[in-house]
Amino acid sequence: MAKKNKPKRFYDYSLLFCIIFLMAFGLVMIYSASSYMAQIQTGDASYYMMRQLKIAVGGLVLAIIISKMDYHWYARFALFAYVMSYVLMVAVSLFGKRVNGKRRWLGVGSLSFQPTEFVKIALIVFLAVFITYMGNKINSWRAMGVVCGLALPIAGIVAANNLSSGIIIAGIAFVMLFVACRKKWPFFLCGGLALSSIFVAGPLAIFLEKIKLLQPYQLERIHVWLDPEAYKLDGGFQVLQGLYAIGSGGLVGKGLGESIQKMGFVPEAQNDMIFSIICEELGLFGAVSVILIFLFMIYRFMLIAGNAPDLFGALIVVGVMAHVAIQVILNIAVVTNTIPNTGITLPFISYGGTSVLFLMVEMGMVLSVSNQIKLEK
Amino acid sequence: MSSNHTQHRQKTAVLFLLLCLCAAGLTGRLAYLMLYRSEYYSRQARELHQRERSIKAARGRIIDAKGQVIAANRTVCTISVIYSQVEDREAVIAALSGRLGMEADAVRKRVEKRSSREIIKTNVDKETGDQIRKLHLAGVKVDEDYRRYYPYDSLASRVLGFTGGDNQGIIGLEAVYESWLKGINGTILTMTDAAGAEIENAYEDRIEPAAGNDLHISLDVNIQKYVQQAAYETLEKKGAKQVSVIVMNPKNGEIMAMANVPEFNLNDPFTLNTETAEGISEKEKQELLNKMWRNPAINDTYEPGSTFKIITAAAGLEDGAVKLEDTFSCPGFRIVEDRRIRCHKAGGHGSETFLQGAMNSCNPVFIDVGQRLGIDRYYHYFEQFGLKEKTGIDLPGEAGTIMHRKENMGLVELATVSFGQSFQITPIQLITTAASIINGGTRVTPHFGVKAVNNDGTVIRRFSYPSEEHVVSEETSRTMRCILEQVVEGGSGSKAYLPGFRIGGKTATSEKLPRSLKKYISSFIGFAPADDPQVIALITIDEPQGVYYGGTIAAPVIADIFENILPYLGIEKGEETVEETA
Repeated sequence: MAKKNKPKRFYDYSLLFCIIFLMAFGLVMIYSASSYMAQIQTGDASYYMMRQLKIAVGGLVLAIIISKMDYHWYARFALFAYVMSYVLMVAVSLFGKRVNGKRRWLGVGSLSFQPTEFVKIALIVFLAVFITYMGNKINSWRAMGVVCGLALPIAGIVAANNLSSGIIIAGIAFVMLFVACRKKWPFFLCGGLALSSIFVAGPLAIFLEKIKLLQPYQLERIHVWLDPEAYKLDGGFQVLQGLYAIGSGGLVGKGLGESIQKMGFVPEAQNDMIFSIICEELGLFGAVSVILIFLFMIYRFMLIAGNAPDLFGALIVVGVMAHVAIQVILNIAVVTNTIPNTGITLPFISYGGTSVLFLMVEMGMVLSVSNQIKLEK
Repeated sequence: MSSNHTQHRQKTAVLFLLLCLCAAGLTGRLAYLMLYRSEYYSRQARELHQRERSIKAARGRIIDAKGQVIAANRTVCTISVIYSQVEDREAVIAALSGRLGMEADAVRKRVEKRSSREIIKTNVDKETGDQIRKLHLAGVKVDEDYRRYYPYDSLASRVLGFTGGDNQGIIGLEAVYESWLKGINGTILTMTDAAGAEIENAYEDRIEPAAGNDLHISLDVNIQKYVQQAAYETLEKKGAKQVSVIVMNPKNGEIMAMANVPEFNLNDPFTLNTETAEGISEKEKQELLNKMWRNPAINDTYEPGSTFKIITAAAGLEDGAVKLEDTFSCPGFRIVEDRRIRCHKAGGHGSETFLQGAMNSCNPVFIDVGQRLGIDRYYHYFEQFGLKEKTGIDLPGEAGTIMHRKENMGLVELATVSFGQSFQITPIQLITTAASIINGGTRVTPHFGVKAVNNDGTVIRRFSYPSEEHVVSEETSRTMRCILEQVVEGGSGSKAYLPGFRIGGKTATSEKLPRSLKKYISSFIGFAPADDPQVIALITIDEPQGVYYGGTIAAPVIADIFENILPYLGIEKGEETVEETA
């Protein structure tokens, strides 16, 4: 009887389906992109795909469990998670495992993860809690300053270790603040400035390097970005190989599994550059389809955020939406050499356990918010 | 609160809109890359993926006048391993080192080297290559290739020339006819991964090679063989530095044989044919090699000596300055201006007609003829006979004539030139000029190349050569043949006499410069039959030891050669020795 009185609740199956579809598509593409090199390196063509599959299935189960929980429950861990972020980032820069000369991995033995992924989710929850707590005060300059004061230090620490993750974290905070706040123009101004910096990037980078704000290797990336063919053999190799893959895709691509660039030309094709293999195999048609699916996902986020029972829920969804959207846009922009090269994975599709696991936690949170929407009053 | 709610909704919608704009921008960028720039990137990618393996085209053969192949191609194999495809490394090492006769360690080093393709050995003969291919070892590639091969080793080496590492002609006919002989290499385009391993079942493009054209030349292997053998015998018997013999058809300039002994082995052209001191430097060795590859009959000049009296006589007769029955007297010398120029016969030939003077090869007679013509007329004939220009033979590096400038010529120079001294020409120039004087007055271009034939037997090009008629009149030519026949029948060239054949000729013994060294070049130029010359031959013996007179040592060699090649050429012994009207 009690059940009947309970208001009927919404559950965004469209989003769930969309997630499952993207994961499955990602697995297919990981297999396609990595099988040739995996066969040579490990003797097992499905090595990367199988590893990703296990984490993906585990992540999906986790997401569904989280989606059934009340999202207000984990609000209490927000401050703890925020502090934990600092601890993990300090720990990783001291004890982290070096991969390609960067300390980015934390863990014992085979169990290791990238703390930056944790930081993203912690910041989303923490900022959601904090902004909700501020209420209407958030519209004041002072409150905005406080939010910046909370987000920027952690973004800065992350950026020192991993620039692209730092940018994403700052971007998430920026978007969440934008949605929460009544003010518009400061944000558009900031966004406009960031966008226009692309056009003056060359001279600006040289200036920044001169005043020691930019590392020489980062300056070189800018040069590579401006003219990848001039750096064919060193810095521009990855970008150029990606462009070859994209360009040779044409309208409908070479067909699934027919990529040649994945045969060792695009380095670690299953990772950051996987979108270029999608372009090569599935063509402009496939690439645009992938973008549309992501747009649909973001559309669902928008709907959930708009109908969320409270500001906290809405902000969590907006944070996740910002996270996914920024990563998708930056990844595609990097692969197409629209912006300078920086390591950003394509959500749900790129190979990478930590990324998928935390993404699924975020999806669980969003689904959980959707599940709190009451259809009938 | 609700106003806040609406505001949040609005902002999210704005955000979504902005994201859509970004997505649209990226889609535009993708469309630009994948449609507009597609061709460019596809091409770049294809160049990266395709590996071009060239298939060498077979070089055209060189074929003699009788259809014998004198420069051919031999199939050789290149054995290489592809690291990533080798399955059983030890088996490959064992098999290759055994079959190729290489140290196992050397093979191991290459087999175990991590490279896309490592060449184990090149120029492996086809049989061994086939054996290795039959073993079907994974990762072992046997590629066939062509290599120039000369079945007669050293036959006419300085004429034929040889080819270099890329099968390109380096000297001789191989170099001159490069564009006809060389084929167009084909290519195999295969797709490879980043490590360079070929991708199986990927599409393969193949452009077939086009073989080069066969070059048919006028050289006759049988004549060349005999001539070369005769030259070698002379070389040994006389301890000479070098002997050159040219055998030519005087009517059209086709060269039937050109021997320059010592010849070198064309299948091993970088090994010196002479013994050299140990430890010579690379530079010295290269100089010696260049010397060995030289064709002295074409690349070197010498003072022709008495054989040049043919030219003086022809000029005198043509000009009307002298007639056969004109009488001269030879006291053993002739004084020209302040110079006393000796005759080879110290006591003098006494009184003699022009014909007798020619038979005696008497210097004063020819000095007189020269003086009668004068510098202007003599120089005119020198040029008219084509002596100032190169012959235009189809061999590289022909040397030009070294002659006094007309304005620097005095009577003394004229006198010495009249009997073949104080200027230099090449042997090929001498034989060509002599041929044009005895063949009725047509200056021919000496040559080897006859035609280029492609590999289905179609004649691609029949080579033609310029010729100039009437450099001397028919009558002068007839008279000259008669004089030169008399030289052999009863004069200084009598050692070239062959019973039953009508042979004309002229001897020469040239003193090499500086004269104090007393070194000589003995030579003889002969032709047959005297009434209708079908073959003309010139022998030059460089620095013979002992007796050095051309009439004694050079003339018999030509007689010997004629005795053998005239019947071969279908010129039968005739019984009648009816003289042509002079």
